[in-house]
Amino acid sequence: MSLLSDPAPLLVAVPAMSAVLLALVPSYRVGALLNVAACGLTFALALLLLGAPRIAGPFLIVDDLNIVFVVLNTFVAFTTAWFSAGYIAHELETGRLTPLNLRFYHAMYQVLLGAMTLALLSNNLGVMWVAIEVATLTTVLMVGLYRTEAAIEAAWKYFMLGSVGIALALFGTILVYMVAQPVVGEGAGGMIWSVLMKRARDFDPALLNVAFVFLLLGYGTKVGLAPLHAWLPDAHSEGPTPISAVLSGLLLNVALFAVLRFKSLLAAHPGTLAPGPLMMAMGLGSLLLAGFMLYRRRDIKRLFAYSSIEHMGIIAFAFGLGGPLANFAGLLHMTMHSLTKSAIFFAVGHACQVKGTQELAKIRGLTTSHPLLGWSLVAGVVAIAGLPPSGVFMSEFLVVTSAFAARPWLALILVLGLLTAFGALMVKLSGIAFGEPSPGTDPVKASYVPMGVHLALVFAAGLYLPPELVAWFRHVAAVLG
Amino acid sequence: MDRALALPHGSALDAALSASLVFDVAHLFAGALVLISFLMLYQDRLYALLKVFALQAVVLALSVGWQALAQDAPHLYVTAAIALVFKAMVIPLALARMVKRLGIHRQVETVVSIGPTMLAGIALVALSLVVMLKATADVGGAADALAREDLAFALSVVLLGLLMMVTRRNAVSQVIGFMSLENGLILAATGAKGMPLVVEISVAFSVLIALIVIGIFLFRIRERFDTVDVDALDRFRGGRA
Repeated sequence: MSLLSDPAPLLVAVPAMSAVLLALVPSYRVGALLNVAACGLTFALALLLLGAPRIAGPFLIVDDLNIVFVVLNTFVAFTTAWFSAGYIAHELETGRLTPLNLRFYHAMYQVLLGAMTLALLSNNLGVMWVAIEVATLTTVLMVGLYRTEAAIEAAWKYFMLGSVGIALALFGTILVYMVAQPVVGEGAGGMIWSVLMKRARDFDPALLNVAFVFLLLGYGTKVGLAPLHAWLPDAHSEGPTPISAVLSGLLLNVALFAVLRFKSLLAAHPGTLAPGPLMMAMGLGSLLLAGFMLYRRRDIKRLFAYSSIEHMGIIAFAFGLGGPLANFAGLLHMTMHSLTKSAIFFAVGHACQVKGTQELAKIRGLTTSHPLLGWSLVAGVVAIAGLPPSGVFMSEFLVVTSAFAARPWLALILVLGLLTAFGALMVKLSGIAFGEPSPGTDPVKASYVPMGVHLALVFAAGLYLPPELVAWFRHVAAVLG
Repeated sequence: MDRALALPHGSALDAALSASLVFDVAHLFAGALVLISFLMLYQDRLYALLKVFALQAVVLALSVGWQALAQDAPHLYVTAAIALVFKAMVIPLALARMVKRLGIHRQVETVVSIGPTMLAGIALVALSLVVMLKATADVGGAADALAREDLAFALSVVLLGLLMMVTRRNAVSQVIGFMSLENGLILAATGAKGMPLVVEISVAFSVLIALIVIGIFLFRIRERFDTVDVDALDRFRGGRA
């Protein structure tokens, strides 16, 4: 089999090799370019997956569910690397980072990308667990990159909560193996997805239920679901902005992917407890909590970190609701959220650089002082708040309608949460975008292209979804059960 | 032992004896791990806490080694060796040096006093026994009784480690809480017969701890705050929201 017909191993190998290379390159300029090139290559390979056969080997699996995640992940990683190249140069000029920091940063970026791709493509739940742990480790190190008190505190909190989450997830994974072992026998078979999914009907339901609770709590910590979200706002606000974009847009999705895999395992067994109510409760809890917390934020990156909690809540609710329509809406919302949120973080990164602060009170009147940046941010916030004609509006509309059809009372809570968050975002936006500009009128040095591409995709999706994409998402939604 | 004696002589006796021996010894180690977790909760001096943690790592190594012997799984010896060298020696010694250099050996600041913590610990053990024994009632048969009870003990160790993490203020004791939690996970993983990747997982954990904790955080925290009291981090947060 040629490599082109099976790009999956390369998708993991390219970032791994680039990480080694980037750790050795002393020049930050060359490093930044190489980083973009490596991410671009990974994205191109991910596109090849679309045409590749759906195969489940002993190590890697390619199925319709993980292709959606891999393509989205590598795309956002590519655009973020592009954004980061310009952003990082500015951080170097202002002295917040040193060239040695950057070498470390670029190598870690590739390790993170490789680990996330491995987590998505792995056919072995143990390997997936190790990959997610490696991804956590790299982000912990990157969150602490600025070495300020706040950054260290954020990284410490993230490390502690993230490790507990990952430990609970491992306990759940061990339980799943113990459930599988009497049925599929000892050894590697009990950890392989494609085998587990086929034999799921013969598993013991009681222990599988307990396992799912641990897995949901464990990986749910990384998704940022309330009440396990405490690490998220700090980690997002204290790390370099490209990392905030990658955390919000990608790492949360990877953790969610793990939850979805196990959910489909439960869905394949008729005798287990429905995973829905748990996920819906955590989802609504996150949505409401984040909605109210949004009003009191004084730091622009924390504001959008809470917005990520809100949206992960909506997505978890949609998948918890289950059924073809809600699953479809969840997938679409996840895609739209990744694209929009990373675009917003790109804009926020520029805004913080030109104003020299992250404080909301000191970032005002952006549309006057930096029209292009200001209006892009307005477009991004309008999209994330769920106003038409953005793709987020489409997906939120679908979540709400499917909720009203299945659980009207829960739908009311959902709508309350959505409106609360909407109000908060609008209040904050009017200050940031309009009014008397605050001091700081330096021109934006980095590229607008990544932000523009993301926003264009989000608004295009709101107006027109290609039928191929719809058919695909429908198929995945059916698999998820 | 009565079971064994009631059986006829010959190979059947040997088999029964060895089966019950495997069970009893594995039980002894797993039970000892839970007990040591309680001992850790009780400690209010950092050096003492480190010593008890090292003891737990030694018992874990013995337990994993016993499982390797009983299951005839040589790769588990690697895990046992990692536990013995890394967790029972390298980490406690490194942490002890750090504690000495920082001059924080006098006390462990607890959020909740020892009495209620111990009571909460007992409740957690009861909870994990109920949950695990009930959930695994239909899995396997008598043959898997070992795995079932190991799992219940393992969950107890995990929850007690978690309890330690939330009831301690000091970064060093939080790390110890996390590592004892992870001891429970290794116990569960080695108790699950033939589970692959156990070695890799224990290595991944060791790397996580070594890299983050020893290499970077404690020194950076010290550098910035002159203390490893997590309270100082909280105080710093002050007006940021």
